[in-house]
Parts: sequence; C-alpha cells; structure tokens
Amino acid sequence: MSVLTRKADRIDRLADQHGLSLWQEALRRLRRSPPAIIGAVIVVLFVVIALVGPLLVPHDPLSQAWRGEISEARGAFPGPRAENWLGVDHLGRDEFSRLIVGARQTLIVGVVSTLLGLAVGVLIGGIAGAAAGLGGRAGRFLDSFIMRIIDMLLAVPSLLLAVSVAAVLGQSLATVMIAIGLVSVPIFARLLRGAMLAQAESEYVTAAVALGVPQWKIAWSHLLPNSVGPVIVQATLTLATAIIEAAALSFLGLGNADAAIPEWGVMLADAQRYLSVRPEWAIYPSVGIIVIALGFTLLGESMREALDPKLRR
Amino acid sequence: MPLLDVSDLAVTFAPRGRPAVNAVDGVSFQVNAGEVVGLVGESGSGKSVTAMAILGLLPKGKEVQVTGRASLDGTDLLSLDRRRLRDVRGRDVAMVFQDPLSSLNPVVPIGTQVTEVLTRHRGLSGSAARKEAADLLERVGIPDPTRRLRDYPHQLSGGMRQRVLIAIAVACRPRLIIADEPTTALDVTIQAQILDLLSGLVKDSGTSLLLITHDLGVVAGLCDTVNVFYAGRLVETAKRRQLFGAPQHPYTLGLIGSIPRLDTPRGDRLAAIPGSVRDVLPWPTGCAFAPRCALSADECVAGPPALHVVDEGHTHRCVRAGAPS
Repeated sequence: MSVLTRKADRIDRLADQHGLSLWQEALRRLRRSPPAIIGAVIVVLFVVIALVGPLLVPHDPLSQAWRGEISEARGAFPGPRAENWLGVDHLGRDEFSRLIVGARQTLIVGVVSTLLGLAVGVLIGGIAGAAAGLGGRAGRFLDSFIMRIIDMLLAVPSLLLAVSVAAVLGQSLATVMIAIGLVSVPIFARLLRGAMLAQAESEYVTAAVALGVPQWKIAWSHLLPNSVGPVIVQATLTLATAIIEAAALSFLGLGNADAAIPEWGVMLADAQRYLSVRPEWAIYPSVGIIVIALGFTLLGESMREALDPKLRR
Repeated sequence: MPLLDVSDLAVTFAPRGRPAVNAVDGVSFQVNAGEVVGLVGESGSGKSVTAMAILGLLPKGKEVQVTGRASLDGTDLLSLDRRRLRDVRGRDVAMVFQDPLSSLNPVVPIGTQVTEVLTRHRGLSGSAARKEAADLLERVGIPDPTRRLRDYPHQLSGGMRQRVLIAIAVACRPRLIIADEPTTALDVTIQAQILDLLSGLVKDSGTSLLLITHDLGVVAGLCDTVNVFYAGRLVETAKRRQLFGAPQHPYTLGLIGSIPRLDTPRGDRLAAIPGSVRDVLPWPTGCAFAPRCALSADECVAGPPALHVVDEGHTHRCVRAGAPS
C-alpha cells in the first residue's frame, strides 16, 4: 500500500510538472524558439539602453561643443574619432550621445502610444464584443453601431489619420502619442471583439448562463480572459509600427516641438539635408529603427505562434 | 403537484429564407420531486432542445419560437423575465452538459468556477466560498480538493472534469438537475462512476433529475420514468418497469431490440431500426415513424396519432400498437 501511495505521489508530481497553464506553456515554447530569443534579446537590449543609456553617454546631447570645427560651406564635419565615436552632427553635437538618448524618446513614444491604443481599443472592442455576444438584439445593434465607427477609422490610411490628428492638436510629444494610439485603436477593438464573439458561442458560456451568472460577469471573467491572448500579441507587433510611425511623424515635422531633444525620427529629418555629404547621419537612426522594429516583430510573431491553440498539443 | 410540469412545449426554428423546423412539437411530461426522469431518443429527436427551452437557453428572437408551459412549482419558466430567470438558473434548476471540457472555461482555475455560482446564489465569498467549494469537490469524489481548486480544466481527466461540473450543479442544492447526456463524452468505465455519483447525490438530497440520454442501458439503471422522443414528439411515456416489460410503441421496441446483448452468437449482425432519422413524415399527416416502421399500415398516415393510455402512467402514440407485424 505504501508503495502504491508513493507511486501516486510521484504521478501527482509528474502531473504537476506537465500541467502548465496556457501562459506557462507558451513561455516554454518561446524559450525553445530561436526567433523569439533573438527578438527578446534585441528588445531587452533596447530597453536597457533606453533606461540607463542617457546616464552613461560620454557627452551632453544638447551641447554644441564642436560647433567651431564644422564648416557647412566646405561640407566639413568631424567624422568618427576617439572623442566623438560617431562623429559630430550638423550643429556640432555628439552624434553617439544623441543616438543613445534618442532611444529613450523612441521607446517612450512607442510604449505610451501602444498602451493608449490598447486601453481604448480593448474598452471599445470589449463593450462591442460583450454586447454582440450576450446582449441579444439591443446588444447586436449597439455592436454594429460601434463597429461602423471603428470601420470608418480603419478606412483612413493610418499615417494620414495620425497626421490629421497631429495637425489638429498642435505640435507636441503628447500629440504624437495620441495620434499613433488612435491609429491602433480599431485594430485592437476589432481583434478583441472578434475573439469575444467566437468565445460567446462556446459551451462554457452557455453553462455559465445556465447557472444564472450575470452577463457582465460572464463578459468580464469568462469572455475577456479567453480573448486577450491575440490582443496582447498584437500589442507587441503594434509597438514596432508605433515606433516607425513616431519616427515618420517627427520626420514630417509633426513631432516634439523642441527639435533639440534627440529623437530618431528628428535625427533622420535633420540628416536629409546632408544626405550627399554625410549619409551615415541617416543610416544610424534608420538602423536603430529597423533593428528595434525587427526585435518587437520577431517577439510578437513568436508569441502568436506559441499561444496559437491550433499548434498546441 | 409535480415539481416540473411541461405541457404542450413546442420549439420552432425558422431561419430566414429556409423552411421552418418543428424541433419540439407538443411535448408534455412531468417530473415529481425526488424522481429520476429520462428523455430518450436518437440524435436530433429534440431532447436537448427541450432541456434548453425549459431553462430559456435558446436564443430569443423571430427565428426561434418557443410556446407552451414549463412550470416549476407553479411558476412558468417560459414567461419569466430575464432577471427572475437568472435567479432560478443554478439555484432551483441546474444543468450538467455533455462535454465537460468545453463546458469549463479553459483559462480560469476550476476553484473560481465553483465559487462563482456560490457567490451568485448563496452569497458566499472569499475563504468561506473556497471552503465550500473544496467540500463540494470532496463530495463528488475528487481527491485532494483544496489543491485541485487551483487547477485548470486541462489538467484534469475527462471524468474529473465531469465531476467538477456536477459539483457546480449541486452547489446550490437545486431542486432539479437537468443532465444533458452527461456520460456521452466519457470512457465506458468512467460512465458508470459518473452515473453512480449522480444517482447517489440525487438520492441523498432528494433532488429530481431530468436525464437526457440515448443510452437505454443508462435508462434501465437509473430512471424511474422514461419519455421516448421521436422527431420532436413524445411517442411513449412509461415507468421503467412498464417500458422494458411491455413496450408498446414500435419505435421503443426497436430501440430495446437494438441493445447489443452478450448472449447473441458471435458474428451475428447487430439488430437495427431500418432507415434513418431523416426519413420522417411531418406529424400532422401521420405517424412520423411510419416510413421506418414494420407495422405501418394505411391508418398510420391518416392523421396525427392520438394518445393511447395503456396503464396508469403509461401512454403512447401508436395506432397499431400490439398488432402483428
């Protein structure tokens, strides 16, 4: 008997190890996928640079200390050297320091605008999805009303929409974030609503209804947890687009009003005039944007795969 | 007075642009307190739709029409407003569904799913609810219940999941449990355990059980009264003893005749009712079973068959019952 109980214990322990929740299992899959690791390393590196980089940069990114050494007429700008690792920009500021400090701005804009879009999108999509899935005829009406508005937003090209918002609200960093956040709202809303609608058909929702659970509770504790997976994955992908869009808005001159504060999009815009003399000024921030967008995309795509129920088990 | 009195229940599905389907048509039956009543029939005969209609789980709207009455202790469930209906669901009438995996929320620990109904109907919260949930899991035979509360549905076996669903169903000590094919998705060995558990719980608490099944073996083991469905109508209602001892309707005879037996010679083909459920006649023109029936004659298609009373509690709808084939 004691052998048997011990065996049962062992089986229990084994079962415990294998019985992982959805997210734990996804994490295990992520750890085994090379693209996910590469993406994660890039993202972590970027975040670390953005957080501590500005404290460690060799020079003040705003000081025009090397102004005297440049001559715009002759096209003479100091190139990479021991003092300035990536040379000096057109106003005599240290290029390397600006690049590092610019990473922080880029990250803040990307994260804040994505969170903004996520929050509003989840709210709208959640209401529409819950109404359509559980609310009967009145709910379906509310849902189609909300979703038509969302469709209208979706119909406008995202950059055009962002530019219009930025133009209306005036030039500031907050504007950039709001504009880019707004662009991603319809994506999140549609995604969550669709997922919730699919879940509303499932039997455990009928079972919950049969137990007399109130509708708001079914929406909150049954539909939502089962539907947020794809939305979170989409957020990672949106982060990449948000960074690119923020750079694009800055490039178009709709970014931060204070152009002296380094930001990759601004740096790119500034480099434009000197493209024939100093093409590397455009290359540095571009490579930064490309690499970080790639990092978030790799991570997001791998997360999507890891969480995809069709690929599980 | 019976606990549940369903009279003249009819459900019509009328999808836009397609002909209407009478899924359930003039169904009447009773469930007395403490009684186990079976609804038997093939897939598509209207058993589940009947159960869903009683609890108001069918989608409301132009495309689904439910008529008739289903009174629980005198209150008609079909005419209750949504708020009152939510109070009844889970507290007075609970339901156990067929597939335990899809009936549990995959991303919520089972403990939360058990406490949910305790919070809703019995006002328990926090540690009191968790304690009660653990007791419930213990009662349905789940070992180590306190630890299992944290488990997710996919960590449990099929039988364990069905036990959890039963625990949720009995959580508020309902007066009636509707079990919709509770054992169909389970292994045969587990089926027996689950049925034992259900009948034990029902007997201990005096709860009535409305058992939907297509398995006559289950009926023979559990039910006091049996209602046989065919094409949306009740063709025979009888006490268990009457049904197996003296079946009247040829369809019931056919069902009993198709139970595989241990004493038939090996290699013999299993007995079956010829044709399929799709070969039905609309009830108003005659007996829907006539196209598949060995006894069918002209009188079968002369109009809807009337209700014949054989004995107390034993009725059927066959004009040629007992006739030689």
